[in-house]
Amino acid sequence: MEHTVVSATNFNAWFGDNHVVKDVTIGIEKNQVIAVMGPSGCGKTTFLRCINRMHELIPGATAKGSLKLYDDEVYTMNPIYVRYKIGMVFQRPNPFPNLSIYDNVIAGYKLNGLKVPKAELDNIVQKSLTSAALWNEVKDSLHKKGTFLSGGQQQRLCIARAIAMEPEVILFDEPTSALDPISTSSVEQLFHELKTNYTLIIVTHNMQQAARVSDKTAFFYLGELVEFDNTKQMFTAPSDVRTQNYITGRFS
Amino acid sequence: MKNKRLDLSYSQMKWETIFKQILKIMSVLILVLVAGILITLIVESMPSIKSLGIKFLWGKVWDPVQNIYGAYPFLVGTLLTSFIALIISIPFSYAISIYLGEYNPKGWLSNLLKNTIELIAAVPSIIYGFWGLFVLVPLIRTFEMKIGVAPYGIGVFTSSLVLAVMIIPYAASLGISLIRMVPSPLKEGAYALGATHFEVIRSVIMPYTRSGLFAGVLLSLGRALGETMAVTMLIGNTSAVANTIKDAIFGPGNTMASVIANEFTEADHTVYLSALIELGLVLFFVTVIINLIGKRIITKFTNY
Amino acid sequence: MDARIGIRNTKSTLFKGLIVFLAFLITLPLIIVLLYIIKQGITQVNWHFLTHVPAPVGETGGGISNALLGSFIIVVMSSIVAIPVGILAGIYLSENPGTKLAYYSGLCVDILQGVPSIVVGIVIYFWIVKPLGTFSAISGSVALAIMMLPIVIRSTEQTLRLLPPSLKEAALSLGVPYHRVIIKVIIPCGFAGILSGIMLSIARIIGETAPLLFTAFGNPYLSSAITKPMETLPHLIYTYATSPYDEWHNLAWGASFILLMFVLLLNIFTKLITRKWNIQL
Repeated sequence: MEHTVVSATNFNAWFGDNHVVKDVTIGIEKNQVIAVMGPSGCGKTTFLRCINRMHELIPGATAKGSLKLYDDEVYTMNPIYVRYKIGMVFQRPNPFPNLSIYDNVIAGYKLNGLKVPKAELDNIVQKSLTSAALWNEVKDSLHKKGTFLSGGQQQRLCIARAIAMEPEVILFDEPTSALDPISTSSVEQLFHELKTNYTLIIVTHNMQQAARVSDKTAFFYLGELVEFDNTKQMFTAPSDVRTQNYITGRFS
Repeated sequence: MKNKRLDLSYSQMKWETIFKQILKIMSVLILVLVAGILITLIVESMPSIKSLGIKFLWGKVWDPVQNIYGAYPFLVGTLLTSFIALIISIPFSYAISIYLGEYNPKGWLSNLLKNTIELIAAVPSIIYGFWGLFVLVPLIRTFEMKIGVAPYGIGVFTSSLVLAVMIIPYAASLGISLIRMVPSPLKEGAYALGATHFEVIRSVIMPYTRSGLFAGVLLSLGRALGETMAVTMLIGNTSAVANTIKDAIFGPGNTMASVIANEFTEADHTVYLSALIELGLVLFFVTVIINLIGKRIITKFTNY
Repeated sequence: MDARIGIRNTKSTLFKGLIVFLAFLITLPLIIVLLYIIKQGITQVNWHFLTHVPAPVGETGGGISNALLGSFIIVVMSSIVAIPVGILAGIYLSENPGTKLAYYSGLCVDILQGVPSIVVGIVIYFWIVKPLGTFSAISGSVALAIMMLPIVIRSTEQTLRLLPPSLKEAALSLGVPYHRVIIKVIIPCGFAGILSGIMLSIARIIGETAPLLFTAFGNPYLSSAITKPMETLPHLIYTYATSPYDEWHNLAWGASFILLMFVLLLNIFTKLITRKWNIQL
């Protein structure tokens, strides 16, 4: 049974007067990996940041239209609760430099002041790190600072941090653009494992990555959602000429 | 678990708003504080402004016993001490800026010297004053006898000397960072044309940093104008106007800050006290304007 | 041609020599002052000196316990006022750059930084001393708190500006509310910078004399009443240094030594903290 997790209807976003996301309508189904691609400045990152309401934190940024998590309108929900339910991983690994690896994983609980018994926290840490394929590498140094890890490990730590909150959806904003090829492949492998439990939305400017990891791909161009289809379909027989041009490298 | 999170997030929203309000209030508080300082000075200066008028500023006699108040001796004293101090300090602060900015910007010696110079600003003014009174004053007295002026020891020149040392760090630390900011392609361009190190400094670095270094001098000047304790202890505290330039420089005098420090608690009637506050008001305006011009130049410079 | 190059090179070397000479010459006054104060002061300091109030004219002995206690109380009270206000205002300035309020507040911080300390003394005289009808430790503390504020605000603001914005985003994306992001993430990450600003501001105000002349005033007796006049180290130095008695001068030398050591240690300690912190960033 397919079930829509995130759906946008005629959704728009602005930076001041700059209309960066235009009339986007999209439905994203559960337990899939969605790649969002397009040339830089096409609004793909802005759209992603609208989903967990990070966009509105930038002064002058506004959004309009319907955006739903299941049946709830995201923009009438409590933004803090939205972010509990929709996790995010950023372009550059950003573990908290003042926290240990252990505390980084449970940062969402710790920083929010959620009271959770120690045994349960231990459990969350192990589960999240295991899901992020990091447990074996760090299990002996859980109380070292997270910033001592390599770039790829740090990024997986950030993924573990997002998983620990048990979100419905995890947003990835060009998660491998700051990583070397080996770290990139370890993160990409993770996507396949994570989709059994979560819905992943990945912004990427790397077409090969989109083709490698995603079930469906959305192509943004100049703020519009040009095409949204199965990845295989999109890369073999795109229906829009702009998608065709992008994929064949006629503009970047 | 899930509902607990939802409940928590609602109570957090309230705190978030309160917190943002508190930040804003603190920021407004700074505005109110400065406005309050200005208003208090103006209001308390009113009796003097009303009864003495604008001629207060160039009245040459300050004689509280006769109820005559003129600010001229203090304006002259303040400008004289500050400018002498500035002239003495400029070669040093420029030298430090060039040495630590260009010749030797890295390494332990550079760090040691930089920290030592910053310590100059850390020593309390009262300690400079105390030391000056017991060590420098006798030396100056001997010096004054040699050059044939009245050997007071204390006076405008002595204060300026101590002031010069005290204000060097302000211009120097700014100068160091500005000279370090000179883009190396500019310097390399000049070297490539066969310029010596001196020529690069003179014709590339100095023109490039001129306005910034000037701002540093302004900040030093702002410090010198408002400096109170060391000057009060060393200047001799006389409100009479000197007859000759020699006397004005080597003889005792008074600055706006020092006369306030000396006479404020003694001022026994309204106009006297108010005249002192008016001096404070003038001092406030002058230092604020000089500082703001300095800061403005720095912001412009660093934004390029 | 060769001769001209020679002249130019000589000129360059001479110039460098002059610069190096002047740059190092200026440390000489500092060293002389430090050594002199240490030489004069260190012999005065002993247990008796630290635990007794100044002796009256003509008697030997006596100490500066009143000034030590007074400086401590006044600095603590100033810190209690200035540190929270300063940090919060600094956070506002770093978090809301470009807003009108931030612009004018920033301007006011610049103004506060330039206000001569004696002017602050005058203003506090009218705000607190006159209404209370007496010089008091409280008025001195408020005056010094105003001197502290701009330093704390600017150091907080600059420290927080240096933190990468991704840190804040990471916390916000976990659903952490704004105030907790600031308190639990931003402030701990910038802690060393904020702390060094606080220590510098304390080092600065502990030696301030001018604003205390008409506020805390001074008191030859040991007093901890904050609504009464209170002695402080710098004020004691001022009164006793300008007195005509040798015993009192000695007292002032001892007090200067203690004040100087305190200020220098605070400064050096601050340097160490910032250096360590710079490496971490």
